[in-house]
Amino acid sequence: MRQLILGAVAAGTTALTPILASAQTEVKFWHAFTGRLGELVAAQVEEFNASQDDYKVVASHKGNYSETLNAGIAAFRADEQPHILMVFEVGTATMMGAKGAVKPVYEVMAESGAEFDPDAYIGAVKGYFTTTEGEMLSLPFNSSTPVLWVNRDALEGAGIDPDTDLSTWQNVEGVLDELKAAGHSCPLVTAWQSWIHLENFSAYHDVPFATRENGFAGLDTELTFNGEAQVAHIAKMGEWAQDGKFVYTGRRNEGGANFRGGDCALFTESSAGYAGIKSEAEFDFDVRPLPYWDGVGNAPQNTIIGGASLWAMQGHEAEEYKGVGEFLAFLSSTPIQAQWHQDTGYLPITEAAGDATREAGFYDENPGTDVAVKQMTANEPTANSKGIRLGSFDQIRGIIDEELEAVWSGDKSAQEAMDSAVERGNQLLRRFEQANR
Amino acid sequence: MEKRVTFRGVMLPLLLIAPQVFISAVFFFYPAGQAIWQSLFIPDPFGLSNQFVGTGNFEFLFGDRHYRSSFYSTAIFSILVTLASMIPALFLAVLADRLIKGSGAYRTLLIWPYAVAPAVAGVLWMFMFNTRVGVVSWYLGQLGYDWNHVLNGSEAMGLVVAASAWGRISYNFLFFFAALQAVPRSVIEAAAIDGARFWRRFFTIVLPLLSPTTFFLLVVNVVYSFFETFGVIHTITAGGPQQATTILVYKVYADGFVGQDLGSSAAQSVILLLIVGLLTVLQFKFIEKRVHY
Repeated sequence: MRQLILGAVAAGTTALTPILASAQTEVKFWHAFTGRLGELVAAQVEEFNASQDDYKVVASHKGNYSETLNAGIAAFRADEQPHILMVFEVGTATMMGAKGAVKPVYEVMAESGAEFDPDAYIGAVKGYFTTTEGEMLSLPFNSSTPVLWVNRDALEGAGIDPDTDLSTWQNVEGVLDELKAAGHSCPLVTAWQSWIHLENFSAYHDVPFATRENGFAGLDTELTFNGEAQVAHIAKMGEWAQDGKFVYTGRRNEGGANFRGGDCALFTESSAGYAGIKSEAEFDFDVRPLPYWDGVGNAPQNTIIGGASLWAMQGHEAEEYKGVGEFLAFLSSTPIQAQWHQDTGYLPITEAAGDATREAGFYDENPGTDVAVKQMTANEPTANSKGIRLGSFDQIRGIIDEELEAVWSGDKSAQEAMDSAVERGNQLLRRFEQANR
Repeated sequence: MEKRVTFRGVMLPLLLIAPQVFISAVFFFYPAGQAIWQSLFIPDPFGLSNQFVGTGNFEFLFGDRHYRSSFYSTAIFSILVTLASMIPALFLAVLADRLIKGSGAYRTLLIWPYAVAPAVAGVLWMFMFNTRVGVVSWYLGQLGYDWNHVLNGSEAMGLVVAASAWGRISYNFLFFFAALQAVPRSVIEAAAIDGARFWRRFFTIVLPLLSPTTFFLLVVNVVYSFFETFGVIHTITAGGPQQATTILVYKVYADGFVGQDLGSSAAQSVILLLIVGLLTVLQFKFIEKRVHY
């Protein structure tokens, strides 16, 4: 045992020595990826380090999204912050509010002289992380958007044409009725209910989720997702839940197990669910665009993203920021992005990477992988569809989850639940406004 | 009469209690003081600004209907966890105490659950009761009962209580078992000769003699249910559905680490500190009077 520990210590020190001994500028990068995604990030970092001699990026895993953000915050308070921190999309307002803690990406890029063209990035992706003046604050890294996954075998089993049009909720409702009539126990299931059925729903139908351009224009924003369109959709979902046409499995992506296991026919989930579904599903499946209510708002507008972006933190040397700039430019380069997009199912962050993927024939070989890209880029984003920027958003999502649960269980009407979620969420927004004055 | 050993002088006693005072100061008084101080401010997450709000955080909390209802769920939760972990433990201890053969093996097996970390226990129970793939919920389904703790608040509460009490039964069992062994045989035999049956002997002789242990376990278990059940709740329900299982300590976490609202979180820790302090004082004042040492 003792020898083992000594061995481990020795191995650890040897691994550290080259870093300490080299004259390269070190750039610390904290991220939230494990497993396959962790390996892919490590490979990107290794490639960058091998491609030049001036900088060395050191990537460390700091737990899940929330833990990584908390680690970054704690490190900043202790003056030990990394150069680059991965923050999930709901943490965007928190990071933006921390003016003295983050260094906007457009500034980093301008100072470092690295190659940077803000127009090369896909509007709907970068919009989430860009100010109303068009300044890019963080670099989009992994972004996905919700789509509809279809178990073709389940539809066929219920005597429904698996190629039937599922682009609108009106059509989906008909299919749910038929599935139910055929005795199917789980016609529809969802992951991330707030993200898909309220946040993306609002953007897709071009109705506001919150005032002040969904919070982009100021901290004095108020929630407005208790509007007519959203309430009608939630009421419908509640009705389906009561009839056993929509099965609620939990707040996160618990429903994924049911869909991949073949229990459920339709599944609204992130486009990044592709890898998991492809490897586990023992049935024929399809990726379709997220359905919309025909005739409601300006649907289909465009959906918004989920995922994370990379933030540069304050308090480092100019030379180190040059390294940050070089690394971010490297990540945005076409071959790296195209590879990332194809390996993970995340959206490409630049138009060029999407084009390169199409030209390589990837979309033809893997039908459906371009649905998310098309859905995101179909229309120029509006004030309602470029994203959502709210303080305490992670907790507001928790409140929305609770209120939605009340609708699914039949305890509250959709209107009551959404009114209550808006009222409770607004309290948190006021707290956030006060803390970031 | 109590016998007291006294030390002469001042230096030696001070020196002897110094390590304890030092540890308490570093690990208890300093953090508690920090919490009280922070509860008067609204800081931003990165510590870049700090606004003094006086009692503003407390006013905000008590103005929140959901915070007030979290007191109610905490009370229900801790009463249930305390009962559910003490009564079965006492029952099992009494049974184990009566065994002549094999009590060692029985004892060892009963202690095992205590070795399971709360978060792991939570995951274990979560899988057993998973609404679609859980073993227990499947059997319940066969019996015609549609288990769904994801939407049903009472079922969720029942599940987190069971998961929290489960590992704790072992701990309580150990104490009860040891205490039972210490009950003088002569008293029990005398009662038996007088014609008292087992349960009669248990309620009139054994239980009163166990009261110091019971009292100790009561205090310890209430504190446990207030603070250490976080892992179970986090893994099974995350406070849901509709805040049915959001006990006070879970809300401290949610506001502090999910919402990054450190002012509110600190104010809640202070309130929690006061409640547990008050409860312990009350227990010592009223229940301890009925304890016979």
